[in-house]
Amino acid sequence: MVSKEEVYKIAQLARIGITEEEAQRFSEELSSILDHVKKLDSVDVSSVEPMTHVHGSFNFFRSDRVEDSFPIEDVLANAPDTNGQFFKVPIIKG
Amino acid sequence: MREDIAFWEIEALRRGLLEGEFSSKELVALFLDRIERFKSLNAFVRLCDDAMKEAEKADVLLKDPVQRKRKPLLGIPVALKDVILTKGVTTTACSRILSNFLPPYSATVTTKLQEAGAIIIGKTNMDEFAMGSSNENSYFGAVKNPWDTERVPGGSSGGSAVCVSARLAPAALGSDTGGSIRQPASFCGVVGIKPTYGRVSRYGIVAFASSLDQVGTFAGTVKDAAEVMEVISGFDRNDSTSVEMEVPKYSASLTGDISGIRIGVPKEYFVGGIDAEVSDSIKKALTLFEKMGARIVDISLPHTEYALAVYYIIAPAEASSNLARYDGIRYGVRAEGANDLIDLYYKTRSEGFGPEVKRRIMLGTYVLSSGYYDAYYLKAQKVRALVAGDFKEAFDNQCDVIVCPVAPTTAFKLGDKVDDPVKMYLNDIFTIPVSLAGLPGLSLPCDFDSKGLPVGLQIVGNAFDEETVFKVAYAFECEAGLKGKHPKMVT
Repeated sequence: MVSKEEVYKIAQLARIGITEEEAQRFSEELSSILDHVKKLDSVDVSSVEPMTHVHGSFNFFRSDRVEDSFPIEDVLANAPDTNGQFFKVPIIKG
Repeated sequence: MREDIAFWEIEALRRGLLEGEFSSKELVALFLDRIERFKSLNAFVRLCDDAMKEAEKADVLLKDPVQRKRKPLLGIPVALKDVILTKGVTTTACSRILSNFLPPYSATVTTKLQEAGAIIIGKTNMDEFAMGSSNENSYFGAVKNPWDTERVPGGSSGGSAVCVSARLAPAALGSDTGGSIRQPASFCGVVGIKPTYGRVSRYGIVAFASSLDQVGTFAGTVKDAAEVMEVISGFDRNDSTSVEMEVPKYSASLTGDISGIRIGVPKEYFVGGIDAEVSDSIKKALTLFEKMGARIVDISLPHTEYALAVYYIIAPAEASSNLARYDGIRYGVRAEGANDLIDLYYKTRSEGFGPEVKRRIMLGTYVLSSGYYDAYYLKAQKVRALVAGDFKEAFDNQCDVIVCPVAPTTAFKLGDKVDDPVKMYLNDIFTIPVSLAGLPGLSLPCDFDSKGLPVGLQIVGNAFDEETVFKVAYAFECEAGLKGKHPKMVT
């Protein structure tokens, strides 16, 4: 069971503002999903290594060469607010 | 231009273009006209303004003896799920938070299609951030199934599935994380393939769950799907999870002969929860396979029942991490009226994400949070290894492909499952295990139920053995005689 207090804490971690009504709904829905997930408790995994990659882990190497990156104008083109060559954000602490 | 041309296979369209029977411009116009006419299906969220201009260029290249040989899709219109970046064409993943995003670059698959001569005609509707099984979670509204417009097309690539089902384009790309290509292909009566994880580049695809996401193809026939997969597959230095391995000419494996092929049938896929009609249709298909000379082998994938639970830990966990980037700072829609930076995050993400996306971010954040990591995420990764191990055992010792249902039911009614997330998630019980194991899976129409709705058959292959999957699918398609069936409203 995920309590409403826990829901508020998770929402804070996820940086999602939620209403009282949403907190209630998430509490019920997350509980019901986690209930289903409980199934896994009955699986014996004492001798199983966790999967890290479906085809086994391998390293991907490339040469360490300087290449062109996107022009700054292109990168900033989608930003809601900019100042010169920078992203602009509101005051850190209001 | 003759309307029936919209229903031709790619090879026939190509011949028509090469022989000058029609131009690429006329072909694009034909499909644009159909898109307009069947607008009520809501399959497209955006059209590419320069499609006509690109078609004109293709028409010039079609006269060039070198180019017309080199480019397998020259002048052929293709649609892309709105999760695939297209430089200069808004790409939103059907989320409010990305509703103004103009990509500064194209996905590798987009570029590959363009290099092969394809005309990108438009972007298709989908569940927001590819999270959903009914296409009811789109910021741009639900998509309707052309076989019965009161029913869902499946999801999350519902728009791409409908696009091909209604022949609004001969082929479309989608993405599949837990079944998002195969299940809508099944609901809409088209061919849909999710290739092996690593076969196709994910560069320029809006990420959902990175250890599961794969791009694949919707097409009207197996041969068309194979031809498009040949174009989009292959290693990409911009995606370190793509695999450096030669791409076979899939269309060359379509011989129609499957005698001696061993088809594994997992007993766990025919118990509880599956609709009796669907189960009967699959069994009928197995009889046909046997008649064609394939050998049916009973197999067991004992950890099947845990796959859904594993998925609903791993996918939301990865999603909560991937979607942390939507902060209203670098791109996307920023909320108004925030007092300070953290307030901006809260407001932007609260207004920008829809309910299902929030639910999954919350779930993922919960299972990754301090104190719960071992109990949920680590445990899920271990059980995932067991699920994958089941498939390995079967392919190592018992069979060449696995045949099973795609989904437990045919298309359900709009609104039927929106209030119960777990009920909605159960749609994916037969596609998710394959995703967890990273294997290729193809959905192919195999029958119709008593309501006249298409039933899909899933053919699963060993890792990087799409060839055998295509071969078996093609042989079945030739025998089953369903190729010419289209929804009444669109013919």
